[in-house]
Amino acid sequence: MKPIVPKKNEPVRIGFYICHCGTNIASVVDVEAVAKYAATLPNVAVSRTYKYMCSDPGQELIQQDIQESRLNRIVVAACSPLLHEHTFRKATEAGGLNPFYFQMVNIREHDSWVHTDRTEATRKAMALARAAIQRVPHHKPLEVKKVGINPNVLIVGGGIGGIHAALTLANAGKMVYLVEKEATIGGHMAKFDKTFPTLDCAMCVLSPKMAAIGSHPNIHLWTYSEVAKVDGYVGNFKVTVRRKPRYILEDLCTGCQECVNACVYKDAKFADEFNLGLGKRKPIFLPFPQAIPPVTMIDPEVCLNFKRGKNPDGSHTVSDKCKKTCVEACGDRKAIDFKQTQEIKEITVGTIIVATGFQIFDARRIPYYGYGVYPNVYNALEVERLINASGPTEGEVILRNGQVPKKVAIVHCVGSRDENTNRWCSRVCCLYSLKLAHLIKEHTHAEVYNFYIDMRTPGKGMEEFYNRIAEEGMHLIRGRVADVYPDPNDGATGRLVVQAEDTLTNKILKIPVDMVVLATGLEPHPEAESLRRMFNLSCSSEGWFLERHPKLAPVNTFTDGIFLAGCCQGPKDIPDTVAQAGAAAAEAFALIDKGHVEQEPNTAYILDDCCGCKSCIPLCPYTAISFAEDTKKAIINETLCKGCGTCVASCPSGSIVQNLFEDVEIYSEIDGVLAEGLF
Amino acid sequence: MPKPKVAFYWCASCGGCEEAVVDLAEDILGVVEAVDIVFWPCAMDFKKADVEAMPDQSITATLLNGAIRTTEQEEMARLLRRKSQFLIAYGACAHLGGIPGLANQFSREQVLRYVYEESPSTVNETRQRPQVKFAEHGREVSLPQLHHVVRALDQVVDVDYYVPGCPPTPALTKAAVSALLENRLPPKGSVIAPDTALCEECPRKATKPTNLAFTEFKRPHQVLMDPDTCFLAQGVVCMGPGTRSGCAAACTVGGMPCTGCFGPTSRVRDQGLKMLSSLCANVAPKEEGDINKVLAGIPDPVGTFYRYGLAKSLLRRKVNLPVN
Repeated sequence: MKPIVPKKNEPVRIGFYICHCGTNIASVVDVEAVAKYAATLPNVAVSRTYKYMCSDPGQELIQQDIQESRLNRIVVAACSPLLHEHTFRKATEAGGLNPFYFQMVNIREHDSWVHTDRTEATRKAMALARAAIQRVPHHKPLEVKKVGINPNVLIVGGGIGGIHAALTLANAGKMVYLVEKEATIGGHMAKFDKTFPTLDCAMCVLSPKMAAIGSHPNIHLWTYSEVAKVDGYVGNFKVTVRRKPRYILEDLCTGCQECVNACVYKDAKFADEFNLGLGKRKPIFLPFPQAIPPVTMIDPEVCLNFKRGKNPDGSHTVSDKCKKTCVEACGDRKAIDFKQTQEIKEITVGTIIVATGFQIFDARRIPYYGYGVYPNVYNALEVERLINASGPTEGEVILRNGQVPKKVAIVHCVGSRDENTNRWCSRVCCLYSLKLAHLIKEHTHAEVYNFYIDMRTPGKGMEEFYNRIAEEGMHLIRGRVADVYPDPNDGATGRLVVQAEDTLTNKILKIPVDMVVLATGLEPHPEAESLRRMFNLSCSSEGWFLERHPKLAPVNTFTDGIFLAGCCQGPKDIPDTVAQAGAAAAEAFALIDKGHVEQEPNTAYILDDCCGCKSCIPLCPYTAISFAEDTKKAIINETLCKGCGTCVASCPSGSIVQNLFEDVEIYSEIDGVLAEGLF
Repeated sequence: MPKPKVAFYWCASCGGCEEAVVDLAEDILGVVEAVDIVFWPCAMDFKKADVEAMPDQSITATLLNGAIRTTEQEEMARLLRRKSQFLIAYGACAHLGGIPGLANQFSREQVLRYVYEESPSTVNETRQRPQVKFAEHGREVSLPQLHHVVRALDQVVDVDYYVPGCPPTPALTKAAVSALLENRLPPKGSVIAPDTALCEECPRKATKPTNLAFTEFKRPHQVLMDPDTCFLAQGVVCMGPGTRSGCAAACTVGGMPCTGCFGPTSRVRDQGLKMLSSLCANVAPKEEGDINKVLAGIPDPVGTFYRYGLAKSLLRRKVNLPVN
């Protein structure tokens, strides 16, 4: 079809279409009345309603009218531009017009979905329609530009989600930067003993993947590192990564751990983070036996060769007062460097996958469960470590006093489904509680009581798993635990009483136990807010990163080129995390493989009238503006401009213009929305 | 061919614009030579009745300075509009509302109360105020009524051209008058001055850094200012980037920052808003408390950013004031 180029001074002929969206819009907005009203407005040549404008016949209607009624502007009042602006621009283009002669009016999310009064909602639709109808005559034909995409990918977070996404992309030949905050990858999964519902060993399935990461030629693994800054946009993100000093040179360390054995501390005496403080480590240590990278690190807060306390800049000072037996043991490898400082890496990537995970709920926030007060109250992750053969007790489930518990209570929904803490269901606790019940029983032959609100076991093989555990002779009690307190008859041994109402028998139970396990829920990571700002993501009200669409774009975000995987987006189990990580990798891959991104032509440009005051230059978040020394005026690099409008708003002499957001367009829109006669 | 007829009139203004006409110095002789001045109350003895008696559109051009504050000013503006082919808003007050426009922050009652009762220099024990009408000995005299708000000339009558400035420079005045006499008129509605901002002609432009990153703002009397460095680089608010050029940077050359009297460029609807947007975006701190500390250096933002343009800005007037 030959493109229709409106001639100069050719009268503007607008086609206005209002969509019923089934009943989504039409049940609240009188669409016929809006169409009638629009027909009376200047320049409107065609005004129609249609059941589903986004359907093929709806789009064909636009194309047909452009040809038959010589339309040269199109306005569609329907849903959000996020959903269908592209659809209608395409339809406009298919009709022979430049797609940017189209303007969309959102009367669903902005109107019918948020109002109940039909008269008022209809009036609002009229006002919004008028705004677009007054704006669109000022539209100009614009061109979509293609910009190349950097094939490298940044993955933030080295848990199972990040690991899976990294391997998927690296195996496909893409260069991956995997940045992990801790000294080793593996995340929470590395701390688990077995996984539900199959009860296979977590590390047995995870460690090969971790090792693959460590040796993959396409993966730059940066542990003990944090993303400090993200600039740029899809296809071309500039990322600054801060690598914290571990005082061991990664390239030279072989992971032999002779330094650990040689440390002047003969015994491990410092709380071991990987085992949640249940075990001990030395000042120089490997986070856990299968750590990747297999590189030790030094804790400068306790190592004798460092002065205590930090410098104002957060660094540590070497005291040089230790005999440095570790250095001696390391010998010619020379992997220990007490003078190591943080290293700043700057990389360019085209896409980013955020897989920053979660934190477990801090059970101290529910004081009546006694966590942190009674030594025999544990959270579930601690019990995972106790059960784990590489844990602090080498797999013996023993209490802090060395005794083996004979009766154990597992309390579900700690920090989940609770008005006072977190309202959401953490999805994994019922199942991991059943798993822990099984494992505790297997290890100790103890009586295990599960106190649950509802037993939630959806998913493949999960209900079968529940039945299996139930048949193993667990006590499954439907009731929320109201209190945990020392047994008045047997307090000295640390024995506790768990009080709950069995809501199936309407009886108050007070069960004496040796050990209480709190099935703590999942929470957004404490750094989620700063990450959100850095990556320009949205959050749900709970703090989970928001996907672009809950059903149709579950791994995309509102920032093009940034994807989500795993629990940072919401609680989920390992299979779901892996599936999502694969999906995120596929989305990233699809972008990379396409080779370019289409750039919305809403870019800004500088007029010759620029006085060269430079006010705009430091404000550009994409560093797209520079000062031309020859003309003494500012210039915008169009490929870097993302159309944010910051410079346009701040140019004191109005010498920057933004396509699609020219002053005349915006003011016409404002005038239209406030038009007299409607309000 | 008869000489073109020209009128001068003043409304709410300080009189500086009249001085500016005289400031043409010997050039004024050329103007007087070339035109017939038919109305100039400040300098020559004409009455309103003389103007009323003229046929409509018989004056070629009226240069009107001052904002419209009173009923009399509005009446004269309408009369001169009717009698003139070209009505030229001369100077910042007619162009933008000017300094008198700052009164739009206050109600008429507040203005009168302050001026006749509360100002430190007022002695008025009986609290007398001017009346619109006063009768004595069987005769009634009247005074014009104050409008609720101050308006720029084009908010009252149609205006053909604008000569900006507080006051307009002799060079601009001469350029405007010559354009008129030589029939080289720009499109109707033009401001007769360049359409770039002042930095373009400011000798301090080269010293303006790329990243201003304001950590404090100072007023001119609070700091010893370097005579060659950009004022903004010294933390002193200069309206130059948001103000039309054409004054040959008279103030910044003379050691004072631009206060914005030429108004915005043709592309800007609200000069103060643009300058606020630009300066505030360049404030270095990012936390609210620290930002407020920096902004505390601008104690009177309306008087700083809207010194000449309040009446013509998007703000126009305090929200609860009547329209006229």
